[in-house]
Amino acid sequence: MAGEEKTLVEILEENNQIDLAKYINYVSAPQAGAIATFSGTTRDTFEGKTVVELRYEAYVPMAIRCIKSICASARSSWDLHSIAAVHRLGTVPVGETSVFIAVSATHRADALDACKFLIDELKASVPIWKKEVYSNGEVWKENSEFMERRFELGKNGGGCCNGRKTETKTHSRKGCCATKVKVNDERAGVLDISPR
Amino acid sequence: METQIKNDNSVDSPLVDEGSSVQIKVLFFARARDITGLTELPLDVSSGSTTQDCLNKLVVKFPSLEEICGCIVLALNEEYTTESAIVKDRDELAIIPPISGG
Repeated sequence: MAGEEKTLVEILEENNQIDLAKYINYVSAPQAGAIATFSGTTRDTFEGKTVVELRYEAYVPMAIRCIKSICASARSSWDLHSIAAVHRLGTVPVGETSVFIAVSATHRADALDACKFLIDELKASVPIWKKEVYSNGEVWKENSEFMERRFELGKNGGGCCNGRKTETKTHSRKGCCATKVKVNDERAGVLDISPR
Repeated sequence: METQIKNDNSVDSPLVDEGSSVQIKVLFFARARDITGLTELPLDVSSGSTTQDCLNKLVVKFPSLEEICGCIVLALNEEYTTESAIVKDRDELAIIPPISGG
């Protein structure tokens, strides 16, 4: 059982910190000589503004589906053992981890390349949103990876992933609705689903 | 010979639903939810409507949605879709503003 190839995708409801060790243990296996991980954490500044916190929400069933699809795509491109991908919802204070990816493989090149692919694809296509909260306002962020990719998303059967490593070309980044928006409501409402 | 033609088309066509409507569930996320004030909304549209038709109907209801129309994408039943996809009864249409996971 310990050596089985497996994939774990979780979206954690609010107020649950990501236990990095749990996911590293999950992907560990005797035959996997390499474990590559990525941890995304809340930064304290953005363009000179002090960030108080980030708040995440998601279209949970679709997000899980998308991440699983990205994992399947990674497996078709690299020789991998196990994958764990977890994203937290709700408020994530500065310094804490909002997203964590762990990939194991026999060799490090596969693990490292797949890990990069997984986070890049997640940022381009998984329906999760974050609001950046400053002391004097808040704004919904927009991933440039998504803005570059959005016209292709609905095509090819609507998959979250094109199924192969893509060279990301730099199209003009249209921040059409990226202007700062002050929101009076404290809580914008978050979709919660208990993790599986 | 003369035959009397009944003009009532609805009698013998139980399987044809032209002109009838379907009801879908629309989900609003992030900025779209801020604009509409709703997380979800049932929407009645005529049978054969596209996702674009649905979006147009939503903009009529919530004119401020217009300001994000240029950068949203749509998902139908948890998969990204195009504006020309046809919606069916009980479909789930999600309005997806620019994402920012990770």
